[in-house]
Amino acid sequence: MATIAERLHEEWTTPHTLYGTLATVDHKTIGKRYLVTAFVFLLLGGLEAALMRAQLARPNQHLLTPEMYDQLFTMHGTTMIFWYAAPILSGFSNYLWPLMLGSRDMAFPRLNAVSYWIFLFSGIFLYTSLFMGQMPDRGWFAYAPLTELQYSPALNMDFYSLGLIFLSISTTVGAINFIATALTLRAPGMSINRLPVMIWSTLTISTAVLFAMPSLSVALAFLFFDRHLGMHFFQAAQGGSPLLWQHLFWIFGHPWVYIVVLPGMGMISMIIPTFCRRPLAGYTYVVLATVLTGILGFGVWVHHMFATGLPILALSFFSAVSLTIVIPSGVSVFAWLATLWGSRPLLRTPMLFALGFIALFVIGGISGVMTAAVPFDWQLNDTYFIVAHIHYVLIGINVFPVLGAFYYWLPKMTGRMLSERLGKWNFWVMFIGFNVAFFPMHIAGLLGMPRRVYTYPSGMGWDTTNLISSLGAYLFAVGVLLFIVNYFWSRRHGETAGDNPWDAASLEWSVSSPPPEYNFAVIPTVRSRDPLWEDRLGTPARSSIYSGPVLEAGRETTSTRPLDADDVRVLNMPEDSLWPLIVALALLVIFYGLLLGGWWVALAGAIVLFIAISGWLWPTDVTAEKEATS
Amino acid sequence: MPADSSRSPLAAALLLSLVATGCAHAPSPMLPASEPAAHLATLGWWLIAVATIVFLVVLFMLLVPLRKRRHTISHADIAPPHNEGMILIAGALVPAMILIGVYIGTLQTLSATATPPVRPKYMIEVTGHQWWWEIHYLNANPSGEITTANEIHIPVGEPIALRVVSADVAHSFWVPQLQGKIDAIPGQTNSFWIRADKPGTYRGECAEYCGMQHAHMAMVVVAESKEQFESWMRTQLAPAPEPTDSLTTLGLTVFKSAPCVLCHTIRGTGTGGRMGPDLTHIATRLTLGAGAVDNSPGTLAGWIANAQAFKPGSDMPQIQLDGKSMSALLAYLETLR
Repeated sequence: MATIAERLHEEWTTPHTLYGTLATVDHKTIGKRYLVTAFVFLLLGGLEAALMRAQLARPNQHLLTPEMYDQLFTMHGTTMIFWYAAPILSGFSNYLWPLMLGSRDMAFPRLNAVSYWIFLFSGIFLYTSLFMGQMPDRGWFAYAPLTELQYSPALNMDFYSLGLIFLSISTTVGAINFIATALTLRAPGMSINRLPVMIWSTLTISTAVLFAMPSLSVALAFLFFDRHLGMHFFQAAQGGSPLLWQHLFWIFGHPWVYIVVLPGMGMISMIIPTFCRRPLAGYTYVVLATVLTGILGFGVWVHHMFATGLPILALSFFSAVSLTIVIPSGVSVFAWLATLWGSRPLLRTPMLFALGFIALFVIGGISGVMTAAVPFDWQLNDTYFIVAHIHYVLIGINVFPVLGAFYYWLPKMTGRMLSERLGKWNFWVMFIGFNVAFFPMHIAGLLGMPRRVYTYPSGMGWDTTNLISSLGAYLFAVGVLLFIVNYFWSRRHGETAGDNPWDAASLEWSVSSPPPEYNFAVIPTVRSRDPLWEDRLGTPARSSIYSGPVLEAGRETTSTRPLDADDVRVLNMPEDSLWPLIVALALLVIFYGLLLGGWWVALAGAIVLFIAISGWLWPTDVTAEKEATS
Repeated sequence: MPADSSRSPLAAALLLSLVATGCAHAPSPMLPASEPAAHLATLGWWLIAVATIVFLVVLFMLLVPLRKRRHTISHADIAPPHNEGMILIAGALVPAMILIGVYIGTLQTLSATATPPVRPKYMIEVTGHQWWWEIHYLNANPSGEITTANEIHIPVGEPIALRVVSADVAHSFWVPQLQGKIDAIPGQTNSFWIRADKPGTYRGECAEYCGMQHAHMAMVVVAESKEQFESWMRTQLAPAPEPTDSLTTLGLTVFKSAPCVLCHTIRGTGTGGRMGPDLTHIATRLTLGAGAVDNSPGTLAGWIANAQAFKPGSDMPQIQLDGKSMSALLAYLETLR
């Protein structure tokens, strides 16, 4: 008679065949694929930046032509903000959520698979522009009317608009999956006030995605219509409005920047308590701050448009909201500091990244406050001061938490610890390199240097800061390389991690490293926020981690009600399937058709898409099949 | 009370340090030369001061706990959460008070700089092009209108009204030492004003990415005494002088028969090209190509022969002229003062 583990393995395993590779719906595999692919985009974006910083290190250089520079700065921003920053967080969330929630999978496993394939294919679609020498070149923000056919006649901006619409399908279905999972796919007893902070942050941004992406999709569709269907949404001479692009873009764009940082903050909220050996101080405040930031993020978009000539009354309103949104961030920062104060922190590498993150977050937030003051923003906007601000917030609140998260959770994923020694070098080289690269940009901006310039004249007082920034950038790049070295070192020589190398509190640390395919042999019942610390915290009720429902009749997991995690039901989860891959490939064909004006190709793709979706949704009676064969 | 930052001792000290690092000739908003820019700079210095203090406080709070750090993970030492009382006070209440102060400063600065203190006597229409600035001094009497490019002259101490528009894509007009920036957006007219309180030459940049040569779209504002300004206006109003010798006569003929006339105007010569800058007084302009090169006979020759070398992608084509024609053309253009 097979053991529970063997039977569950039988149900949940994906064969190591080509079919298995292409059809898997295992959230851990999908999560790891997201992490690797997003990391590749990070490196591509970094390469683009390295080339730019070489060009800008000295005045009046000719290493890059203006066309090349314009393509590089556009692709750097676009790649980093869309194909790295959000997907890397999706990768961590995808891998960790079911493990943190006490579940065996995400709510919609096949949707999960399709969101990865679309992410990958949309990135490939975007980068085919490189091989055609027509990479997008109008900035990641693509202001009209510079992006109209008249001023951008080649395919560059079609790669941009179609590539982003393509990616947005992935982002949207991913968000739907996270929301459904967070609300329903939990272990019994994991009531809403016991959810790990990382669940709250990704849940918040997933909701924000649903409201923000449509604005971008509409803007991109209008751009495509202007360029190819003779419409005039953004052309003033024909009654359209260039400012409409800015509004639609930033109504999406501002929430987006919170989308790419809040989960990073959520991960830090899980790392700091572990290394301070106590639960997060002010959990409720942090959760409320997270949700409030997500909501307020929709009320500040005009602060990107302070210089456009809008009425002062409107600017004053948006200035006020932009200042207000600092407050929930302040609450989070002081929650982390409160956790830190009076505890005796353990300075392992994940904690170093967490502490560095706090310092950079505060600098980035403060420079943001300076730009929220409308009249001073009239001097700062579109200068290198803004470049400094955005990198402090993006690298500080996304990249540093991501590195910390890698050091913290890679042992769970691979079963091996990373080198502490190399980790410390990694942190310090990145931290010092980052500050040397980006702090001087505040000064360059205050000395009047505009942004998005492929070169600058000498004698303006900008030479020294630019040289320092370039040197710092290369040092930072070395830091990133050190991480890659550490990762490969750990796969061969890393110490065995064991289930819970950090003695942390959340459920993912109760299973083996790496976890079995089915995550939990028994579904836990949760009775507090920190299940693995209950014995030492002396909580009155104790979670039941090693005994509970086994659920081995097929791929099964539990669902509960969103607030109190009661009314436990059993869900049948889908098996591996090729339909997600076929859907993604059909979409790829459609988008290439639209790009190259092959309307029949696009139509053919649409037909295949329809067939694939029908196949995917075709009802099957899984339970009946299982009963017949048992 | 006018907030002239150059009178505050702290600002003076900071300015000195800027000067010491050789940045005194940067077109910096922190080196204001006008009252509105001084208001903006004062707000800026306050924000920098608040930012520095907040950062140092947080840094202190971050580093102090590290003095008692532990070195091993011990199973027994999990403790309950603590310090929760301070979170709302330090994280919400104190920041709220600081931010209210920032907002008050914002509103005060807005009201001090939004409109000029007296009604401006001159109005200039600034049109952004890819990649140069077309300048029209408007006048109720059309024969009093001045057309030039990339260069604005103003009398010291007087506010000047601007109407900022665009002929093609979005640009942004920005002379940091005199004012904040205002975008030039097609289909929209943005009303603005500038003023200089010290004579000098102030550089501006285009501050909205507008295509390939966004980096070379500078302008200058020359602030001078009332007499100098009026003299400049009179000169600008005059049409081009007639050529007086055979070389300059040949030069004008070259201008009229070369591709130049397709894009450029020299008033008084019967030419009317509108795509490029008006050249009637080209010889006295401070720069060529919207700051791409300085203006001298040598650079002018280079610009005409191969503008693409200085400003690749600009609309100025390479003009092939033999040596004699080029010398004649240059001689003629140098008379256009």
